Amino acid sequence: MIQGRTWVFDQVPYIKSSAAVGGPFEAKGPLADDFDILHEDIWLGQDSFEKAEKVLMENACEYAIKKAGISKESIQFFLAGDLMNQVISSNFTARKLAVPYLGLFGACSTSMESLALGSLIVNSGFASHVLVATSSHNAAAEKQYRYPTEYGSQKPPTAQWTVTGAGAAVLSQEKTPEGIRVAAATIGRVVDMGISDPFNMGAAMAPAAVDTIEAHFRDLDLDENAYDLILTGDLGKIGHRIAADLLEKHGLKLSPDKFDDCGLMIYHESQPIQAGASGCACSACVTYGHVLNRMRKGELKKVMVVATGALLSPISYQQKESIPCIAHAVVLEKREGEE
Amino acid sequence: MSKESKKKLTPVQLEYHHFIKSRQPERPVWKNCIIAFLVGGSICLIGQLISTFYIHMFGFDKESAGDPTVATLIFISVLLTGLGVYDHIAQRAGAGTIIPVTGFANAMASAAIEHRSEGFVLGVGGNMFKLAGSVIVFGVFAAFVIAIIKVLLKTLLGGA
Repeated sequence: MIQGRTWVFDQVPYIKSSAAVGGPFEAKGPLADDFDILHEDIWLGQDSFEKAEKVLMENACEYAIKKAGISKESIQFFLAGDLMNQVISSNFTARKLAVPYLGLFGACSTSMESLALGSLIVNSGFASHVLVATSSHNAAAEKQYRYPTEYGSQKPPTAQWTVTGAGAAVLSQEKTPEGIRVAAATIGRVVDMGISDPFNMGAAMAPAAVDTIEAHFRDLDLDENAYDLILTGDLGKIGHRIAADLLEKHGLKLSPDKFDDCGLMIYHESQPIQAGASGCACSACVTYGHVLNRMRKGELKKVMVVATGALLSPISYQQKESIPCIAHAVVLEKREGEE
Repeated sequence: MSKESKKKLTPVQLEYHHFIKSRQPERPVWKNCIIAFLVGGSICLIGQLISTFYIHMFGFDKESAGDPTVATLIFISVLLTGLGVYDHIAQRAGAGTIIPVTGFANAMASAAIEHRSEGFVLGVGGNMFKLAGSVIVFGVFAAFVIAIIKVLLKTLLGGA
């Protein structure tokens, strides 16, 4: 069923299993217990950062499949994306999985883009098991988007730290004992507020998140208490504050304990992250690890995750283009009486 | 953001830029300048100590001591880059570690390390000057222009 630009999934898909994989920096963060695998070396025993990122995604996918208790062959479609040029981490993971694959790019919004599309496929009945995954690697992203990792540049207080990690989930038509399912998804549109500083992604992406959240609330005619938690993907300190203020200005006042940002949750404030965390893996790890764990425990019943993505390239910002941004929202729901 | 690019913004975008202005931290320019001055100065002081060491211990004169001094500073900088320490110092020191010769060495070494995974020729060789290249290009060009001005002035003033 479609309402405005929101897909409402009536019965399925259920989240059969999920996995989150992280690196050493994530292991020092407050959500360390919610990761399934934490690597102590950013190289993961590989000889390049790109290969390390691929291993992160492979780990997450393998673990999610294993936890689902199904065979690899039961996965009918694999939807994945990452930040690397030509989405290589996903392509190479798909090579190993050898299942029908759709590669996606939505920058850091890919986590929810893939979850939304995967849910659509399962809900439509065109598949009974779909695997979705996203990954990012701090050093690989720095190398591609900014400077060499060991280069001594001074990052401004608005900069963010790309998460090293990967998250994956298996979507299924079968009812699970946990009863966590994807209830709805709102597809974002590209919003560009003319911010051109690649070290200020939070401020660039906040309007896209606001646009999608407002569209979602309008489409489904909801009030501010509709969700136990609304999480933005990786707006960081600055973007989160701007988003909260913008929403309030537009008449949607979310209480601070119900509106948070994945980029503010994954690390301690004492870690050298400037304004917060970012990257595809940021929202993926927090959602597929921490949030789903809390839902399984019954602490949260209805959560909306709004993953935000900055659709720039290193060339586009050198050519002085501003940063187009997008946000996709997915609603996760634990159904009453399905414990 | 420059005035020129601000002109191209739509009214909605301009309103947003105004909206976020008070909601984001500015770069602490003055603090950065002072730290850069202190750290940059300290690196120069270390350089001076090394230079004095070479003059007194190895019999270099004031001018010829420059080469081994620079080589020593470059070696230390590359070593710290390789050990993964330099970028952490630079996050605090800013221009203080970029402007001296140590920053140039760091720019080259970091790019070389980063692109080692793409092989020696296309990786290390092709990318080593990715950041340092513009310093060389514009450094050499500036020297060329200044040299021409010097020659012109000399000819004009000398001929008069």
